[in-house]
Amino acid sequence: MMCDFLFSLVCTGEIFELKAELNSDKKEKKKEAVKKVIASMTVGKDVSALFPDVVNCMQTDNLELKKLVYLYLMNYAKSQPDMAIMAVNTFVKDCEDPNPLIRALAVRTMGCIRVDKITEYLCEPLRKCLKDEDPYVRKTAAVCVAKLHDINAQLVEDQGFLDTLKDLISDSNPMVVANAVAALSEIAESHPNSNLLDLNPQTINKLLTALNECTEWGQIFILDCLANYTPRDDRESQSICERVTPRLSHANSAVVLSAVKVLMKFMEMLPKDLDYYGTLLKKLAPPLVTLLSAEPELQYVALRNINLIVQRRPEILKHEMKVFFVKYNDPIYVKLEKLDIMIRLASQANIAQVLAELKEYATEVDVDFVRKAVRAIGRCAIKVEQSAERCVSTLLDLIQTKVNYVVQEAIVVIKDIFRKYPNKYESVIATLCENLDSLDEPEARAAMIWIVGEYAERIDNADELLESFLEGFHDESTQVQLQLLTAIVKLFLKKPTETQELVQQVLSLATQDSDNPDLRDRGYIYWRLLSTDPVAAKEVVLAEKPLISEETDLIEPTLLEELICHIGTLASVYHKPPSAFVEGSRGVQHKRLPGSAGSGESVESPDTGSAAGVSEAPPAVIPSQGDLLGDLLNLDLTPPTTTGPPPPASSGMQMGAMDLLGGGLDSLMGTGFGAPPAAMPASFNVPVSGGLDDLFDLGGGVGMPMGVFNPPKTVWLPAMKAKGLEISGTFVRRAGVIQMEMTLTNKAMSVMTDFAIQFNRNSFGLAPAGPLQVLTPLSPNQSIEAALPLSTVGPVMKMEPLNNLQVAVKNNIDVFYFSCQYPISMLFAEDGKMERQVFLATWKDIPNDNESQFQIKDCHLNSDAASNKLQGSNIFTIAKRTVEGQDMLYQSMKLTNGIWVLAELRVQAGNPNYTISLKCRAPEVSQCVFQNYEMVLKN
Amino acid sequence: MIGGLFIYNHKGEVLISRVYRDDIGRNAVDAFRVNVIHARQQVRSPVTNIARTSFFHVKRSNIWLAAVTKQNVNAAMVFEFLYKMCDVMTAYFGKISEENIKNNFVLIYELLDEILDFGYPQNSETGALKTFITQQGIKGQTKEEQSQITSQVTGQIGWRREGIKYRRNELFLDVLESVNLLMSPQGQVLSAHVSGRVVMKSYLSGMPECKFGMNDKIVIDKQGKGAASDDAGKSSGKQSIAIDDCTFHQCVRLSKFDSERSISFIPPDGEYELMRYRTTKDIILPFRVIPLVREVGRTKLEVKVVIKSNFKPSLLAQKIEVRIPTPLNTSGVQVICMKGKAKYKASENAIVWKIKRMAGMKESQISAEIELLPTNDKKKWARPPISMNFEVPFAPSGLKVRYLKVFESKLNYSDHDVIKWVRYIGRSGIYETRC
Repeated sequence: MMCDFLFSLVCTGEIFELKAELNSDKKEKKKEAVKKVIASMTVGKDVSALFPDVVNCMQTDNLELKKLVYLYLMNYAKSQPDMAIMAVNTFVKDCEDPNPLIRALAVRTMGCIRVDKITEYLCEPLRKCLKDEDPYVRKTAAVCVAKLHDINAQLVEDQGFLDTLKDLISDSNPMVVANAVAALSEIAESHPNSNLLDLNPQTINKLLTALNECTEWGQIFILDCLANYTPRDDRESQSICERVTPRLSHANSAVVLSAVKVLMKFMEMLPKDLDYYGTLLKKLAPPLVTLLSAEPELQYVALRNINLIVQRRPEILKHEMKVFFVKYNDPIYVKLEKLDIMIRLASQANIAQVLAELKEYATEVDVDFVRKAVRAIGRCAIKVEQSAERCVSTLLDLIQTKVNYVVQEAIVVIKDIFRKYPNKYESVIATLCENLDSLDEPEARAAMIWIVGEYAERIDNADELLESFLEGFHDESTQVQLQLLTAIVKLFLKKPTETQELVQQVLSLATQDSDNPDLRDRGYIYWRLLSTDPVAAKEVVLAEKPLISEETDLIEPTLLEELICHIGTLASVYHKPPSAFVEGSRGVQHKRLPGSAGSGESVESPDTGSAAGVSEAPPAVIPSQGDLLGDLLNLDLTPPTTTGPPPPASSGMQMGAMDLLGGGLDSLMGTGFGAPPAAMPASFNVPVSGGLDDLFDLGGGVGMPMGVFNPPKTVWLPAMKAKGLEISGTFVRRAGVIQMEMTLTNKAMSVMTDFAIQFNRNSFGLAPAGPLQVLTPLSPNQSIEAALPLSTVGPVMKMEPLNNLQVAVKNNIDVFYFSCQYPISMLFAEDGKMERQVFLATWKDIPNDNESQFQIKDCHLNSDAASNKLQGSNIFTIAKRTVEGQDMLYQSMKLTNGIWVLAELRVQAGNPNYTISLKCRAPEVSQCVFQNYEMVLKN
Repeated sequence: MIGGLFIYNHKGEVLISRVYRDDIGRNAVDAFRVNVIHARQQVRSPVTNIARTSFFHVKRSNIWLAAVTKQNVNAAMVFEFLYKMCDVMTAYFGKISEENIKNNFVLIYELLDEILDFGYPQNSETGALKTFITQQGIKGQTKEEQSQITSQVTGQIGWRREGIKYRRNELFLDVLESVNLLMSPQGQVLSAHVSGRVVMKSYLSGMPECKFGMNDKIVIDKQGKGAASDDAGKSSGKQSIAIDDCTFHQCVRLSKFDSERSISFIPPDGEYELMRYRTTKDIILPFRVIPLVREVGRTKLEVKVVIKSNFKPSLLAQKIEVRIPTPLNTSGVQVICMKGKAKYKASENAIVWKIKRMAGMKESQISAEIELLPTNDKKKWARPPISMNFEVPFAPSGLKVRYLKVFESKLNYSDHDVIKWVRYIGRSGIYETRC
């Protein structure tokens, strides 16, 4: 038809032709001309020159033509703001039109024209339309408020549109309610702390009523909004759940997923022994399974979400393994996700089936999929002990296929199986060694080298094998180099006589010829260790390794909680918090699951509700490339002497280094070194023997986070007040884990046992994440170190001062109470670095009333040193500006409960007094934060 | 919410571009073309993030639809919307093709303006949209008509307009099932399920209130208890089926289903899908495949496959096709079958055996000799499963429509005046037997 011609329209001469046609008297011709203009616009041609001519066509009775002109206006008004004004009259007139469709069209379009002058004229018509008699106009006007807010937020507030919008939640028409909810939710997102949505039982009831009546899309808006509500108690929670469950039968998958989100969240509040809790769990499985018969794109979204749900509540889908079996025709993205879930659901009951399937998959075409399938077999071996033997033999079969990537993948997982079941499957090593030459991927090479080093005593030609890798040492990736270094040192310790030359060779390669600091440092450490005390070296390097845990790739619990609150959304598809991919202030708000009912009172019940999810020690993860440094000394998991949980392995290189010096060296020096591992070498002031002293100097120079400041221990509970028990202690934050480190001293005459600890409610919900680990009875005049990991999900009550913590400690003698104050920097999260733009926007957004100013006196650091020092306490410098010799540092920090604090620190050269301005939506914390600054900067 | 919606042809030329949010610029159009359409590899994810912008894409024949956003939108909703958009376009102008899109671009823009406002999906039921997006203009409407339109678009029953009249009130119900099976060589069922759909075509006047009933186990058991008669309970209990899960068209009152398990609704006009369901228990497997594969030496395979039809002799299965995979090194095949036609298709590495019709409780057999080229490939042939296709005139799940009652109190026709047709079709989904 004519349209192919329309789409092929090009040259500038045509603009003139169009101009003539637009000004034609004939209506039909005019309309055709506008169509051509729109077609050109679509393919990206600039037809803005026709602006006045097109706008002239606006006053018409022909609705189709009108819509086309409006479309044009929306596109070009911004580039021609002055001329856009010409359209205002028509808009205002149309807003009064007797036809509701035209009134709605006008107000809808006006909201899309982002020109200030037009927005001014929009207010009056919008006000009328919000109260229009026709629901179609009202529902359009409701969305228009959100549009206007996006252009000019202040205007919307000044004009009182927000209140009108809130009134629309009580509208008689369900679609108006749904759009009002959508608009309010969006506006509320950019004002995280405003109580805009003001959800209370009455409004919730209104929403639940509208839910039954509105369109599928409206149901989604309402359910997503409901998910932000926190019910007052378990009964309210249950009654909402009861009214939401019917949505699980909706044909629209998005409605189902949003309903699942609400239920997953509110379920947290239900007591587990409640009958309804069990019913609800049962109800959730069938709809989730049904989602897998949707179109592949939706299946993908569903699978990503199921992956989260399975991690949070494995019981829901534990019997549904079969539905996740991969179908031949599934798109690759669906296959990979299904595989992931299969591993998570694998258990003793279904392992035979799963293995049979995995074996089939390993012969498929897609390389990624096959690799993942092979890896999955290894995971099964680790997860289900009974199946380990069958898994290993399956893997050996696969190695026999000689398909290069299958072999490499198999070797990587077999390494992990060795770790999990030591002294069981080493007979296969010979088979593995046959494939040494075909390995070309670093991960597989590193795994193979690890195996050779670890079992050097069983492999006759281990030295030859390792030597063969050494030839191309400098061409290997860091991962392989580090592994090779460790393996050869192990070999040397096992067979010292034959391999002296080899070890010297590798040490010199690592320390002298390498640019890589990690490699050099590891080399030096081994070198000194071997030359000072070979016995200690043996103890360290060949120490017994802790077993690896069965669950792998788990999402970190707090992130998981946040993602559960975002079921159905992009965040749940990416498995990242919204702040990771959304710009501006929208994503900043972190969502959390509500605490369970009943767990508020008792601190010693870590097994109820959400507290359980967080307080469990972070599961150890099979070491991946990221935390190789932690692998040094083969102590990547909990060092034997520390009682706290290991830092999450996912926290990367920096943390790995810390772990090494904090925990690793502590155990290296055996029991002679009593103090708990401090995070910073500089704070070691215990006399140490000469050789090792060197080592510390060496360690101090590399890869250490600058100046983590931890206050020294103070006496919290004097012995006089506690029948002979003296407690001194301090707080440290290490790798995101807050710990209370205490020294308990028995100054009484009798043995003390049965220690336990409880906290009173406090401002930031600090609570022990586990029981107090004092396992041995404390004899008279003995001291013991105890580190208590803390979580921040306990019950909250404002304290005075804010950082006050009331503690009760019990032993076999009595219960003792004391209170202590923690530095607020313990609560500063590692991800507290705001983006510049967000910082700017937030700084502006926080009212000036919330700003407080302080003076820090007698501080002699320059601004860079200060910035470095503060960074160690998770106070991040975002920008630095120098104005007239005065350095202004802009800094941000985030408290664990999601409160952001913004700071401006002014440092004048030569002036020992700093000025600091703090801005925060919760100004109460400012005083505390200031004290913390003072403390950190002066120490 | 959705920041913009683009439609491309297979070359990546943009056919429709509608931007709803200020944060989406023209460069987003190009980014998608370069990174997804022009990318050589197959699609690795239906959601692509390019420079902090997320693209949700689906493909219909040669046409790409992409929804773009920079926010944390409800991803399931975006895909549901894209599918819905496809449905609406199909309802307006048929197949989604480049030509149809170019010919209807004005209409598409008008639709996009209506069903997506500031990126929020609005009423997108074709029934309602067709009342006022007509490409004819709405000049001629009276005031009553206008308010009727708006109340329908925003109302509780957005999927049906008032004032529909038919001389003959008629409705058609199709129960369409696809039966899936994975069976071991010994005849053990490894997994089996039926996924079914109830599709309704309604040509009813006014705003009829409908009630649909089937032999759902939960309902029957409840009634059986109520009747307190043992006989009734037994006889009906036998025929009732356990439904694992079902979903409904938005016209069905879900809260009523949740509380009473009754399916009541006011249907849209014309054809739509009333419900979907899934069953896994007591499935009638229409065919049983009995394979026998024997390796004679290294260069010959003997295959014998028996199929048995397992349903009433009075019923006829149609379009039966059995696919027997052959090894890659097959050099020649000789086939003998009692019924239908069988052929070795070298390009598909399979023997395809087709039978037009087959009555219940019959059996038929095929035997084949496969000659193999000697290879030094150590890898054994993986023996892919034998698959089957067919169509049978009953529901393999055992689902029966018990009633569909129509009430329209305002118009003078009753349930008895409505002509009702019910049809059952069972098709094979993935129906495989390992050999």
